Amino acid sequence: MRLLERCANDAISTNSERNTGFEGENVLEVKDLRIRYETEDAVVYAVNGVNLTLKRQCTLGLVGETGAGKTTTVLSLLRLVPSPPGVIASGEIIVNGRNVMQMSSRELQQMRGNEIAMIFQDPMTSLNPVMRVGDQIAESIRKHEKVSKKESLERAKETLLKVGITADRANDYPHQFSGGMKQRVVIAIALACNPTILIADEPTTALDVTIQAQVLEMMKALKDEYKTATIMITHDLGIVAETCDEVAVMYAGRIVERGTLREVFKETKHPYTEGLFNSLPDINDRKSELRPIKGQTPDPMKTYPGCVFVERCPYAVDACFEGYPDEVQFSDTHYAACKGYNDKSFHIMRGG
Amino acid sequence: MCDVLLEVQDLKKFFKTSKGMLHAVDGVSFTIERGKTLGIVGESGCGKTTTGRAILRLVEPTSGKIVFEGKDISKLRKREMRKQRQNMQLIFQDPFSSLDPRKTVSQLIREPIVVNKLIRDKRLIEARVKELMELVGMAERFYNSYPHELDGGRRQRIGIARALAINPKFIVCDEPVSALDVSIQAQILNLLKELQHKLKLTYIFITHDLSVVNYFADEIAVMYLGKLVEKAPTEEIFAHPIHPYTQALLSAIPNTDIDIKMERILIKGEVSSPVNLPDACRFAKRCNYTSEICEKKDPELREIFPQHFVACYCPHNHYCKNADGGIK
Repeated sequence: MRLLERCANDAISTNSERNTGFEGENVLEVKDLRIRYETEDAVVYAVNGVNLTLKRQCTLGLVGETGAGKTTTVLSLLRLVPSPPGVIASGEIIVNGRNVMQMSSRELQQMRGNEIAMIFQDPMTSLNPVMRVGDQIAESIRKHEKVSKKESLERAKETLLKVGITADRANDYPHQFSGGMKQRVVIAIALACNPTILIADEPTTALDVTIQAQVLEMMKALKDEYKTATIMITHDLGIVAETCDEVAVMYAGRIVERGTLREVFKETKHPYTEGLFNSLPDINDRKSELRPIKGQTPDPMKTYPGCVFVERCPYAVDACFEGYPDEVQFSDTHYAACKGYNDKSFHIMRGG
Repeated sequence: MCDVLLEVQDLKKFFKTSKGMLHAVDGVSFTIERGKTLGIVGESGCGKTTTGRAILRLVEPTSGKIVFEGKDISKLRKREMRKQRQNMQLIFQDPFSSLDPRKTVSQLIREPIVVNKLIRDKRLIEARVKELMELVGMAERFYNSYPHELDGGRRQRIGIARALAINPKFIVCDEPVSALDVSIQAQILNLLKELQHKLKLTYIFITHDLSVVNYFADEIAVMYLGKLVEKAPTEEIFAHPIHPYTQALLSAIPNTDIDIKMERILIKGEVSSPVNLPDACRFAKRCNYTSEICEKKDPELREIFPQHFVACYCPHNHYCKNADGGIK
């Protein structure tokens, strides 16, 4: 029995040595993911059929407002959705060719931090306050690789240098760092094991603009160096424009539009995406008028027979109230879920 | 012609800490004309919120003069100040913690009217509450709702209704949209602008988001470590930022237009501690153009172009060139 376990263990660790041995083009595929939270009072439909692919070394921006289901989606990639109340009702999540849904808890532990690493929004709460930062980085290295304590600490210092922190600060505690520095430490922990996929959940939202600029520049440089594929969750379209190759726009638990950065930003197809752009003050033209999306985001405790955006959509027609729209394809990479395009002459204001 | 509503002269607010004096606001002066908006911009800890609160004397200024409609209010007694505050209100950043969770929407909006004894007749108060709800775009069905039943945008609308309840002339908006989603943010910004027009309000708009002030403010003041480093009309400051900190701040805004490639000026390091500051330019340690004089004496705010004030020695013509040929 013990022998068997060890064999399995060995197989896993060889499999997860730096390269997972996986050669495919898509490091991540998500198919028809549905997640709901079942509480005593009600059922919250958080994710309602999400399809995603992430290409090797590509940065995907996952954009949407509070409650759109962005964070729940990425947590499920690591099987970190708390259960109960979270229930993954359906879906397939393929990471480096293996289905996360069928992994044992041991396999999951090997994958987390090693193949997929995550950077959380708030650096103040994601570090252990009573542990030196060097030890925190070294810990995650030792967890996944067979190295001595001394060696792991050396590697931790190297990683700190990469994120712009001098090695002598490895012995400091988190409270001795400022917000921007703490986020650098969090990034160092994430990159320490050289993951194939990095998930950054609003990594700069808690930081000041000039510090945000520093951190974003650094992340861009490190991404090229480490060759990681990244999912960048943000509500800031400016950050997407600067860091992402591809964009997926989420609304009420669904991806309403996806495509390359240029396609989504310049040839916008979905009315919600257009609404987001119209809500932003245009830094290049201060006289431009703000045209907010009317109304509020829909109640996630209800299911809707038609398109989820219909109540707020300026282009809605009768057909929109019946059945969720299928994705319409505009190019090899560009899709939008909108019934408007059933009419060949339909177009939205932005991008024509 | 120049109808000044508020004048702030050399406003200072220091806090005593165990390590020494913390200079939160250190000699800030500006004026605002009636019906205009002054945007105060800066990063966390630069003193922008303290400035806003010191003007309303919600924190007692250490020194300085605050002149509102020609009257110095910095020495007013408590009771007189309370009366004075009927003209001056504050909208808070976080609509989740600034509303009493045990009061309904109508009770929340009624509160300032009752406290200030503006209307005594119950029926008239009710009518006024409904009028205010309509003014800020809240449907009447929320009359008896509690804050926890509402989303951030609607809560912020209550905060605005509370501020408007006593007909102020002047409102300090302290990051009123920072906690909101973009689509809701735009609704609130439009509402504030519409109200300014309708009720002839004067705003101080405190924010860290430069694209928001660009849209909203007539004039912008940039703060760094308790000091004003640059102040100019909005268009001017965006077109010709002179202070190296303003330049870096402006270039750090992520641009949504993917065809415009802005050159980003990265500044090194982070804001230093505001405790026991030496007499030197506060930005000197992070500045890309520091020279000897910057370390010796703190530069004063001076008018470099008409209406355009900068606190910098401009030792390098390099960045002054951006400002149409530089200075003599």
